[in-house]
Amino acid sequence: MTYFPEEVVEHIVDFLGSHGDRNAVSTVCKAWYQVDRLSRRSVFVGNCYAIRPERVVTRFPEMKSLTVKGKPHFADFNLVPYDWGGFAQPWIEAAARGCPGLEELRLKRMVITDDDLELLSCSFPNFKSLVLVSCEGFSTDGLAEIATYCRGLRELDLQENEVEDHGHQWLSCFPDSCTSLVSLNFACLKGEVNASALERLVARCPNLRSLKLNHSIPVESLNKILARAPHLVDLGTGSFTIDNRSETYHRLINSFFRCKSLRSLSGFWDASPFCLQAVYPICANLTVLNLSYAPAIQSADLTKLVGFCFKLQKLWVLDCIGDKGLVVVASTCKELQELRVFPSDVYGAGITAVTEEGLVAISSGCPKLNSLLYFCYQMTNAALTTVAKNCPHFTRFRLCILEPEKPDPVTNQPLDEGFGAIVRSCKNLRRLSVSGLLTDQVFLYIGMYAERLEMLSIAFAGDSDKGMVYVLNGCKNLRKLEIRDCPFGDAALLKDVAKYETMRSLWMSSCDVTLGGCKSLAAKMPRLNVEIINENDGTSESKENLSDQHKLVLCQQFTSVSNDIMFTSNDPDVCRRVRL
Amino acid sequence: MEAAARYVKDGADLRDTELRLGLPGSEAPEKPAVPSTRGGKRALQEDDDMESRGKSRPLEADSAEAPAAKAQIVGWPPIRSYRRNSFPPRKAEAEAAGLYVKVSMDGAPYLRKIDLKVYKGYKELKEAMENMFDCFTQGEVSRKDGCSSGSESAITYEDKDGDLMLVGDVPWEMFISSCRRLRILKGCEVRVLRTRQYS
Repeated sequence: MTYFPEEVVEHIVDFLGSHGDRNAVSTVCKAWYQVDRLSRRSVFVGNCYAIRPERVVTRFPEMKSLTVKGKPHFADFNLVPYDWGGFAQPWIEAAARGCPGLEELRLKRMVITDDDLELLSCSFPNFKSLVLVSCEGFSTDGLAEIATYCRGLRELDLQENEVEDHGHQWLSCFPDSCTSLVSLNFACLKGEVNASALERLVARCPNLRSLKLNHSIPVESLNKILARAPHLVDLGTGSFTIDNRSETYHRLINSFFRCKSLRSLSGFWDASPFCLQAVYPICANLTVLNLSYAPAIQSADLTKLVGFCFKLQKLWVLDCIGDKGLVVVASTCKELQELRVFPSDVYGAGITAVTEEGLVAISSGCPKLNSLLYFCYQMTNAALTTVAKNCPHFTRFRLCILEPEKPDPVTNQPLDEGFGAIVRSCKNLRRLSVSGLLTDQVFLYIGMYAERLEMLSIAFAGDSDKGMVYVLNGCKNLRKLEIRDCPFGDAALLKDVAKYETMRSLWMSSCDVTLGGCKSLAAKMPRLNVEIINENDGTSESKENLSDQHKLVLCQQFTSVSNDIMFTSNDPDVCRRVRL
Repeated sequence: MEAAARYVKDGADLRDTELRLGLPGSEAPEKPAVPSTRGGKRALQEDDDMESRGKSRPLEADSAEAPAAKAQIVGWPPIRSYRRNSFPPRKAEAEAAGLYVKVSMDGAPYLRKIDLKVYKGYKELKEAMENMFDCFTQGEVSRKDGCSSGSESAITYEDKDGDLMLVGDVPWEMFISSCRRLRILKGCEVRVLRTRQYS
């Protein structure tokens, strides 16, 4: 291969889609490293503290798209203090200096400020796409900067961010000359948005294909927007409260009827049941449906709607659909690949309407199912075994039984055998979350059978260190392991320290690990970033055991990251991150 | 099995070591025991650290957002905070509305209405119902497993599907989500129910 000119190698390498493959190519020899380096357009950084931003920018000067992930996954559940880190600033600054050709930035679980957004908007003349997922730290003022200065912006996609509301003017900042928008998602904004500015914006963007509104946009506006943009493929409705006797309602039915390209629907904030009827005309075309933010719609109406959606591939609903509703999904949605059932009672008081019966029905009716997130009241081993048999194609299987440590209600046994059946049957399983009463046995099964497993989430499970050791010994492809409230201690943590160099990250909280154990690990593996998050008020000093306020976060580190990037403040009231 | 051992705990330790959300100083009301891993694991660490943590850790607040029957564990269930924050208004509305169901007693001239959400369990519900219909009963209302010299009675409810069910079989939360109305049965109907219960 060394006799091939670089252009040929580059041409071949271009066919490699995945980051993993390209990373592998770059390690073959210096020549290939150079080819990959200069031709890599899309760079993915799974952990913002694994490598310095400058290093990334220097290595990939022709980078067009940068994706960076910040906080650990459990930050989603309030287990990581607000000011832990994950700042976008150093990344945007480095890219501004070294990669002015940047076109796309995707950030997940990071902190990005209005100043950062301003810098972003001024530094990249070809900037086309900003995607922020579960981020925070900015306000609508920052959005105004993006709207004003990013000429040629194609995509502004804000998913589930915490955005401070400083008014609705930001949308009006898109200049009249802005006609390039393809995708606009502001569903997560809590405040008012200027509806008429939005209507004008939609009218002048003929390429708009994806539009997701927030709850402040009334149905009257939606009608006008749909009239201007009948080519929409993906729509998130605004407020969906209408009087079904009104003129607006009838116009809405007509509007939907004209949207022949619509394939994906979401939103439905404040939707009342009969409003769903307006959507019936397009159900047969839908491939994606997200009703998980519409708690007022009960089972009967949900079921009726889904009963028309023959082509559905992805469905997100609340558990008020009930087991009976899931039976209807199973008999209607034969193309279903992804199902998420969220609890309508988010405080987990246990009043849910789905059990193992709904899941079994889905598994027997939807053989193409490969991705599941299921919050339920209870689960049985028999059901899981049946599901495993019916659906061997699972790549993502996340089951959350709302009551921690709940056994199989029929046999009163742990759910080891059920999950064992899942990992045995689903050879391509990449992501798994387990729940219910579980002993070390389930981890033995996971270690033995889950060969392709990359991410494992464990809570309130296991009996002893053996459980964690089974997983670390067995799962060759494990990249992310997150554990809370399990009896795993130092012996497990220190059993096979070299393993951590093959992983992206480890999280342990409320386990039996001690400070001494963590220090020992850090000493053995200087190339690992071993960190304790300490949420105490600073009064307790050297307690040897990690209390519930201590969390262990561990990640691979390719370059040493200086303290000024990692630690933000000397203020003792601020959360302490301690690197060991 | 080790896991079984975790269920045998000292109730006081459980309280000290359970992580809860809420204002300091507000005491959580007594609840039916919920198995808590953290309490079980830490029950062996009898040291000062636990005690001081028990005092300073905030206990469950008596707020509209705290569920009636379960202690709240931080970060559980694992739902993104964005989603969690999207729902509170609806929850508050539901709390305000209450869960009122009609209560009838055979032979009583009128029915009553009670708010199921006010009660934390079957015991309180039964007591409340007894008090409500006190003036109509002669002698004691018998318990499920006992008989008195007075007339036998049993508390039943009509569920979502319209079936008449005996109160007490399913977990409390499941009960209040499926109960549509309550009915206190008297006399021979009670004997029929008893047979069904023990068969």
